[in-house]
Formats: sequence, C-alpha cells, structure tokens
Amino acid sequence: MKQAEQPGSVGEGLKQRGITRREFLKFCTAMTAMLALPPAMASVMAEAISKARRQSVIWLSFQECTGCTESITRSHSPTLENLIFDLISLDYHHTLQAASGAAAEHARELAMKGNEGKYLLIVDGSIPLGNPGYSTIAGISNYDMLLETARGAAAIVAVGTCATYGGLPKADPNPTGAVSVGDIIKDKPIINVPGCPPIPVVMTGVLAHFLTFGNIPELDALGRPKSFYGETIHDRCYRRPFYDQGKFAQTFDDEAARKGWCLFKLGCKGPVTYNACATTKWNDGTSFPIQSGHGCIGCSEPNFWDAGPLYKALSMPVSATAAMLGGAAAAGAAAGVAITWHNRSTKAAAKAAHEKVTVQELMREEK
Amino acid sequence: MNHLDLLTFARGSALNWALIIFVAGVALRLFEIFGLGRKADLARPRTDSPGSGWRTIVTRSLPPEGMLKREPVTYIGGFVFHIGLFVAIFFFAPHIEFFRSMTGLGWPSLSSALVDASVVAAIVALAVLLAHRLNHPVKRLLSTFGDYLAWTLALLPLLTGYMAYHHLMLEYTLMLAMHLFSVELLLALLPFTKLFHTFSVFISRWYNGDIFGRKGVAS
Repeated sequence: MKQAEQPGSVGEGLKQRGITRREFLKFCTAMTAMLALPPAMASVMAEAISKARRQSVIWLSFQECTGCTESITRSHSPTLENLIFDLISLDYHHTLQAASGAAAEHARELAMKGNEGKYLLIVDGSIPLGNPGYSTIAGISNYDMLLETARGAAAIVAVGTCATYGGLPKADPNPTGAVSVGDIIKDKPIINVPGCPPIPVVMTGVLAHFLTFGNIPELDALGRPKSFYGETIHDRCYRRPFYDQGKFAQTFDDEAARKGWCLFKLGCKGPVTYNACATTKWNDGTSFPIQSGHGCIGCSEPNFWDAGPLYKALSMPVSATAAMLGGAAAAGAAAGVAITWHNRSTKAAAKAAHEKVTVQELMREEK
Repeated sequence: MNHLDLLTFARGSALNWALIIFVAGVALRLFEIFGLGRKADLARPRTDSPGSGWRTIVTRSLPPEGMLKREPVTYIGGFVFHIGLFVAIFFFAPHIEFFRSMTGLGWPSLSSALVDASVVAAIVALAVLLAHRLNHPVKRLLSTFGDYLAWTLALLPLLTGYMAYHHLMLEYTLMLAMHLFSVELLLALLPFTKLFHTFSVFISRWYNGDIFGRKGVAS
C-alpha cells in the first residue's frame, strides 16, 4: 500500500473520494444504531472519525480457514473497501495484501515501528502450542509472531471463534494444542468477536467503535462487545413465537419446516448462543441460518464443537442411551435380589434361633 | 470451564451418572420391597370384595368427607403442586424431547405460557405447604429432615427452570446448567428418600385396600 499518497486524516480522504457529508453522516447513524448508542452520538462519531488519522491495522492469520476474511469482505456497511481506503490503513494482511515474502514481513515491521503503541492488531485463527512448527509464517511460529506484534499494539481484536476461544483446531482431541489469543496475551485489551465466521458488520462495527472513541466497547464476561453479543439468537429470533406456541419442525422437510416453525427439535442452539445474527442478519441484511431453514449451531460460543451433537435438541442428553439405562436397571435388580436374599436369610436365621418357651417354664421363673 | 462447557457436562457425564443411579436405585428399591414377601393368608376373606385394592387407589387419592374443610391447605396445595409438577415434567416441549430421545416415545406439548403458569402454581403451592408445615403444630412435630429434604429437592428444578426461562438472576446457559444439576440431584436421591413415593404410592394404596378388603374393613 502506497503510504505517501494517503491523506492525513479520514475527513480529507473522504473529501478526495467525493463522499458527501450527508453520506458520511448516514453511515455514522447506521453505526451508532448498530452499536446501540444514543442517536445524538452519530454526529460525535462523524466528528471523531473525520478528524482521526487513518488507523494502522495489522491483521495476523494463524490456524484458520480464511472464513473470517471471506466474511469481512462481504461487509456492507461499511464495506471493506470503505474501511481500507477511508478509515484504516491495513498495513499487513496475508490474503489481501499484494506483497509477499520478505516484502510483506517488512510491511509489518514498518507498521509496528511507525505506530508503536498505537496500531490495532487483528488476529484470526488459533495459536498451536503443541509444536511451533505446526503453523509458521515466514519461518516465524504463530506464538512468536503474536507475542512480537502484540507488544506494541494499542489493542487487540480477536476475530472468529478460533482466535477468541480456540475454535475448530481446539476441538477434542486438540491435536495441535491450540489456544486462543486471550490464553496467551494478558497485558493488552482484547476484544473478542467470535463467530465461525463473525458477522461482517459486527467486525467492522467494532473497528468503527475503536476509531470513534479510541477505546474498547463494553464487553461481557467472555470479552465480547455487549452491543452485539448481549442477547441470545433464540430471544431475538423471528421464529420464537412458534417455540412458545409449541409449534416445531420435526424434520427439515416436513410441512412444519415449510411453514417456518421453530427448529429447536432439530438441534437449534439459539437458546444458548449470544450473537446478533437474528437482528443484523447476513449479506446486507438478507437472511441468517435459521431464516434459511437450518438451526443455529452456536458457532460464536466457546467450545461449541464439543457441546454435543449439532442435530440433537438442546434438552436431549449428550451421550446417555437406552442400553445404558437397561444395564443400570439390571444392576439395580441384581442388587435388589441380593438384598432380598440377605433379608430372607436373616429372617430364616432368626426363626431357626427362636426357642419356644412353655407356660411351665415361665411359671418356674416367676417363683 | 465456561457456561457452555458446564452445560455440556450437565447434559453429558453428570446426567449419565444421575440416570444410572436413578434407574438402578428404583429397581433396587422395588425388588427390595417386593422381595420382603408376605405370609400366605390362609383365612377366608371376611367379605367378598373384589377390586378393593384398585378402588382404594382412587378413594385414597380423594379427600374423605369433611377432610377438605378440615385440611384445605394440605389437600388443595398437594393437588396443585402435583398437577403443576406433572404438567411441567411431561408437557413442556424440551422435556418431551428428552423422553423421546431415551424411549422413542413422543407426544404433543403444551404452550410455554401454560407450562409457565403451572410451574408458578406448583412453586406457590410448595411455599404455602412449607409455611403450613411450619405453622401447624402436629405437622411440625411429625416432620423430619427427610421431609424438608424432599421439599427442597422438588423445589429446586421448578425454581431453576422458571428462572432460566425468564432469564432471572444468572445468565441463561449457566441457569440451564443449574436446572439440569438440580434435576440430577433429584434423580440421584429420589430412590433413597421419601420421594420414592413417586413409584410406591399406588402400590401401597393397592396393598392397603386389598388387605383391608380381605379383613372386612372399609378403606
């Protein structure tokens, strides 16, 4: 990316690109609404962003599938192009940068030096601790690169369930010893933006918040921004009324499924999944998994891969079987028979030991 | 361990062990009770009263004449609690899914609002019954640790289920895990406490009715 030609502030850049103030305010209004901020904050946001220098961002990809990057390229408000050209200076990103090899690493080092303590570090993918050779970039292990790059970062945004909680690589039996960013970095503010992948506008929304306020949004106990992860999919689902009425699809292609009834019985994990899919939706607000007929798999929750079968209802046991109960009944019955035998032999022994006493004997004792 | 991990444990190993203890315990107690046996009754029945045992199952489940007036709290509270609990266990859609996964049997569910109302009724009934137990001198005298334990074990699943559904106090996933743990505690202790009446109540009512019928005593 050609640093010299970039304008100093975001506002200048917008002007150069012919973006009117009205358009920019519209964007800021959408962002404030999405971040659940008061409407008056839109103009504050516009002011802050337009004055801000473009934020230097370093994006590191570790054990991941590039799904998070694929997702963010589908962001519609702001688009990734808007973000890169107007709001941030994306100084390093494997997939999106033109440079490769030593030149790419040089760009990362340059950005780190030039923005010491100010750049924003975005990480997707988990970090393998089992063996440094499991995942390397330019001969540097993921662990070393994370430590080195995190040192001068103002804050870290972990995107995707792999970076936030270990994700698929960490799923049992976790062959690479995968851990999350938060498991390694303890001395920097970390914003977790989980999801497999995360919703594009949630990723860009979090970046917009950081650019506007220079700080991290309010987070929940799992480090997620409350504005996006404050409520469960189930509570905001448009199919929720069917759940409450007891109307459920039994299979994916029955009449009830066609009518759009609740997918709880088909294994929907919406009740225990905190994310904004049901409200912001995907692909420019087009749809989300439940709307397209598939239950939520809970992809933004830690260890969701190991949280029981995806197609078993949440209220079903994870591993209990009828055979197991049969075995327990047989064992209980056997124990019951043993106790009965014990009771009866005690009774028989008491009967055998019983000595009869005659009236004469009692009368003799009285004398 | 995060909340979802805890819930997975509650739905997994914890539930497996609770179910094993429950099923084995119930089988053990039933075999133990039936294995006690009775001496053969060689006497001719006093009255010819076929079906006395079965009739008693019904008659003992209804208040005798005048008793409803004398003990309204015990009878009404008892009925409200038991019906509420029954509806919550067997007619809430997620619960039916649990039974279907274990037995293959399924049946229609009631709406969440109706189940919710019956749970509230059951909880209120439990509270009233406890207050009555504590204030009634005879009941208090007769009460032992086992009674209060049974009351607590019955209350916890109702309370945690209600609070999970309404998102009260704890985060939903965590409260759902607590709900499962409370059910597991109930399952594991049911065979060995007064709660075993779930299985023995109609057996003992039948036995009493039958034996009294043979002896010519109205029951």
